[in-house]
Amino acid sequence: MSGNKHYLFDNPDNIKKILRALYICCAILFGLDFILHRHTEHLWEKAPVFYPLYGFVGCVVLVLVAKWMRKG
Amino acid sequence: MPAGVYWQFEFLNFELVLFRADKLSTLFGYIFHIAALLAFIYSLHERDTLQYTAGMLYIGSALGAVFAGDLLTLFIFWELLAVSSVFLIWARKSRRAYVAGLRYFTFHILSGLLLLAGIVIHSRMVGSFEFTYIGLQQPYTWLIFLAFGIKSAFPFVHNWLTDAYPESTPVGTVFLSAFTTKVAIYALARSFPGTELLVYIGAAMTCFPIFFAVIENDLRRVLAYSLINQLGFMVVGIGIGTALAINGAVAHAFNDVIFKGLLFMAMGAVLHMTGRVNGSELGGLYKTMPKTTALCIVGAASISAFPLFSGFVSKSMVMSAALDSGYDGIWLMLLFASAGVFHHAGIKIPYFAFFAHDAGIRAGEPPGNMLTAMFIAATLCVLVGVFPQALYRLLPYDTVYSPYDTTHVLTQLQLLFFSALAFVWLNLMRLYPPELASVNLDVEWLYRRVLPRLSQRCLNLIWRLDAGLRRSLQRGWQKASERIATLQQSPGILGQDGSTSGTVTWVTVLLAAYLFLSFI
Repeated sequence: MSGNKHYLFDNPDNIKKILRALYICCAILFGLDFILHRHTEHLWEKAPVFYPLYGFVGCVVLVLVAKWMRKG
Repeated sequence: MPAGVYWQFEFLNFELVLFRADKLSTLFGYIFHIAALLAFIYSLHERDTLQYTAGMLYIGSALGAVFAGDLLTLFIFWELLAVSSVFLIWARKSRRAYVAGLRYFTFHILSGLLLLAGIVIHSRMVGSFEFTYIGLQQPYTWLIFLAFGIKSAFPFVHNWLTDAYPESTPVGTVFLSAFTTKVAIYALARSFPGTELLVYIGAAMTCFPIFFAVIENDLRRVLAYSLINQLGFMVVGIGIGTALAINGAVAHAFNDVIFKGLLFMAMGAVLHMTGRVNGSELGGLYKTMPKTTALCIVGAASISAFPLFSGFVSKSMVMSAALDSGYDGIWLMLLFASAGVFHHAGIKIPYFAFFAHDAGIRAGEPPGNMLTAMFIAATLCVLVGVFPQALYRLLPYDTVYSPYDTTHVLTQLQLLFFSALAFVWLNLMRLYPPELASVNLDVEWLYRRVLPRLSQRCLNLIWRLDAGLRRSLQRGWQKASERIATLQQSPGILGQDGSTSGTVTWVTVLLAAYLFLSFI
């Protein structure tokens, strides 16, 4: 029966696996910042984990401001 | 066709060049042909002659504009772009599409009028119609700059895009996304490279739309905001004006036509199959539309500038050029916009359409021609991402640039993965704004809400003044009539019988007065 068919993300474990993979990728990229040499031009780029922090904080600020705009 | 100018002739002592092929125009010629092919494959299932005719005229106008060697030819194709494209909006045959089309047309006619005025003054000042560098040194060149700016969706004059594109048909939006704005970008690259103002305008264009895209429910409107965001990168590149920056800008225009076309095609396929395109009404479509989902994800990865996808190889050129030229603040804005575009176009579009909550829709895959067009676009996204030198060879300037070094790849991946992490975190914390069935207005609020209300109030005031004036005039007239009637009655001066001689005397006096006045 097509109505009873189970799809990939119907199983919460699969969602957890995807999220776990994302966390692992983030952890690796975070760690690589201290291992690989980055060619930097801007002063802020020299700060450790500048890009991960900028991406995370930038998106959180973006969403919170957008939410505030919708309320306004 | 080899580079050079063709079809030249004299017109009113001015030399017109109908066709000029150089590296810049040829690159846009290539991408417009690719876009035309994709759009026609995508629309093969349609039986609507109007859309085919308008689409053909629209493509022809865009090609005519980018190969125009003089400003008069550009103007003619500029106007034809507006006239032909509005029918792609009206082809939806709904009231909303009709009024959105009218607003769209108004903006583009205004752009055409500004361009014409600018061309007339410019040609008189320089004695030529040549379509080449213009710059902002003379006051009149602002007219041409503004005309290009309207079509490039500069802030405050961008609403024609977010208003009208999502109201078009699934096929119409695919056509629209490719041509108008890219013709304007071409025109800016041709006439205003290195204009510093463009750097700031472009930076604003990259940032402001992403806030509206986050809260927008109509997923094609999200893509329209995202289109302005991508145009911003191109405008910044043109404004910086170095060889690397201009190359980055036009390379990004090339890539944007394909990946934005792919995303509009994917959302068009969803609209075609489900009749809906609002995030609040969709979800779970990956179950029955897995191919469309996969192709949409390729488009999302490309626009987000993931390494090995097309956006990465062009966006990074503009960002490197910004840093090289000392625009540190602008670079930070572009970086923020890069994270933001991944957030709303890279994650939001596929997530809310194909995953998120299961809306219970079990629509099948779209027709084969739609899938084929999307597959070709997705393949091009990957090919350009993997073999960027093939695109770089077509660019106007010979520069050496390699996007695939450790720094670029690592920093871009860090930016994107931690943006994704922010999305997950905001969802887990229930901070992410849910998709709501709402209409969000930005600057258009001024002319769709404030201006009508203001004009209504002004008109009400005028009506009241008019009514008061009429009433007082009527009262005055009534009083005067009553007074005259009183005077005409027997005791009144006009009611008295006069003698014939007296009357003749008065007539003589009057005639004498007239005679006297005629000599003054």
